Amino acid sequence: MIPVWVQLAYLVAAVCFVLALKGLSSPRTARRGNQIGAVGALVACVVVFFEGELDHLVPILVAIAVGSLVGVLGAQRVQMTQMPQLVALFNGVGGGAAALVALLELDEFVDAGTGAGVEEFALVATAFTVVVGSVSFSGSLVTFAKLQELMTTRPVIFAGLPVAFGGGLVAALVLAVVVVLQPALWVGVVLALLGLVVGTLLVLPVGGADVPIVISLLNAFTGLAVAAGGYVLDNTVLLVGGTLVGAAGTFLTLLMARAMGRSVAHTLFGALKGGSTQGAGMASDRPVKSAGPADVAILLAYAQRVIIVPGYGLAVAQAQHTLRELVDVLGERGIDVDYAIHPVAGRMPGHMNVLLAEAQVPYEQLKEMNDINGEFKHTDVVLVVGANDVVNPGARTIPSAPIYGMPILDVDQAEQVVFMKRSMRPGFAGIENELLFDPRTTLLFGDAKDTMGKLLNAVKAL
Amino acid sequence: MNESVVWLTIFVLSVFVGIEVISKVSSVLHTPLMSGANAIHGVILVGAILVTGHAESTLALAVGLVAVVLATINMVGGFVVTDRMLQMFTARKKPVARGGEDA
Repeated sequence: MIPVWVQLAYLVAAVCFVLALKGLSSPRTARRGNQIGAVGALVACVVVFFEGELDHLVPILVAIAVGSLVGVLGAQRVQMTQMPQLVALFNGVGGGAAALVALLELDEFVDAGTGAGVEEFALVATAFTVVVGSVSFSGSLVTFAKLQELMTTRPVIFAGLPVAFGGGLVAALVLAVVVVLQPALWVGVVLALLGLVVGTLLVLPVGGADVPIVISLLNAFTGLAVAAGGYVLDNTVLLVGGTLVGAAGTFLTLLMARAMGRSVAHTLFGALKGGSTQGAGMASDRPVKSAGPADVAILLAYAQRVIIVPGYGLAVAQAQHTLRELVDVLGERGIDVDYAIHPVAGRMPGHMNVLLAEAQVPYEQLKEMNDINGEFKHTDVVLVVGANDVVNPGARTIPSAPIYGMPILDVDQAEQVVFMKRSMRPGFAGIENELLFDPRTTLLFGDAKDTMGKLLNAVKAL
Repeated sequence: MNESVVWLTIFVLSVFVGIEVISKVSSVLHTPLMSGANAIHGVILVGAILVTGHAESTLALAVGLVAVVLATINMVGGFVVTDRMLQMFTARKKPVARGGEDA
């Protein structure tokens, strides 16, 4: 029997988790919320040692120390641009841990012998944790590989993928039933391996731009796996913590999908419906109008209203500090400058805000899409830096495009558009942008940081 | 009262609480919220500690320790990286004099 005070401490931890999520949903309280969550987790992880007799204390504490070291170093060393894939990785290892815990618990059930009072529902929960944890583990690793560009960011589809995926699901269901009726460790292990395959097949067909939605979904999956693990282990804090994340994560996934103008089902399976969603993917050789930094400097310096559209390319090139200086100089000339932030600018919703905050860009200059879209009509010059998909009018006009339906920044309504780009390579979604070929569009080729520096000097010299 | 029903009750109520508390989140906070929620499910560490503490074979102990390491990475790393993201949100509220750290 678990001591009452330990159970009460678990309740405190669970309440901390609720307050953490509540805090995280408002900018003013977000940081405090995260800290409350950390306190809750700490409480739970300390009192667990008082739940009952535990062996192997020294190796466990060493393992915790190792994990903490890796986690802290990873979290502190990572570049802010690479944060989404780090979150994916953390989520994956959490799912993997849940699956391993469930396998060990299954092992104990088997040792206890059938009919030793192990209720069937606990076995159902065990099987669920094994499968879902494994799916989350392998799925997250694939999203990591996509975001890190270790593999292609475009949908990976091969003949028979839907069949393999469906077959994998059915096989997993059958094995789960076997685990419940005839508990055996080897069945559990096979179930875990099957989960790994299903998770991989689930994420492979997802296009690069949709990956954040999938990370969020897998995050919710891990939450549910942890919740089921809590039932298996008779542990309330796992049940409540896991369920909160499962529910909040699922809802967040829907919110994100809505911000990108698509359904979750379309995100996961859209690419399977036909080749048309694959896009062009190659650089086009159609004629475009390009100019040098000096020309663009004149364009900017004699405008009255300028809007900057920052994208992931800006952050990758680490040009955000130079950009901020350019905006400061333009501001000194009396030009009205704002940043237009698409909900999914960067790699995830809110990612760009973090990246620009790092460069000390004032909060008031960051305008959200809905607030600024009406202003492009009255804007002289829009400077698009390292962004592409979020200003692609194809999202409104080309039904076969993978980004069709995604709300975009109405950059095409401005007087002049300047694209700062490395090359004619398409964006993360892998489709061509018609706006690049528009007569009002000027292209400024080169590395964003380098070109931005030249542009800054050219504006200063005017 | 049937114990399974008690668990089911906790589960169902937690689902509603989980949805309710984040229902008004602004899109700016989607990423930190996801990351914070991600850290919270690192509490599977509690489960990993329990099963490892009851391990009876060397193999079970080894697997358990792997689970402890993975769960700790998830939990500790998750909270630290979320704090890093949110630090920037709070830092930009007040006009900070630019330090040399990003030169």
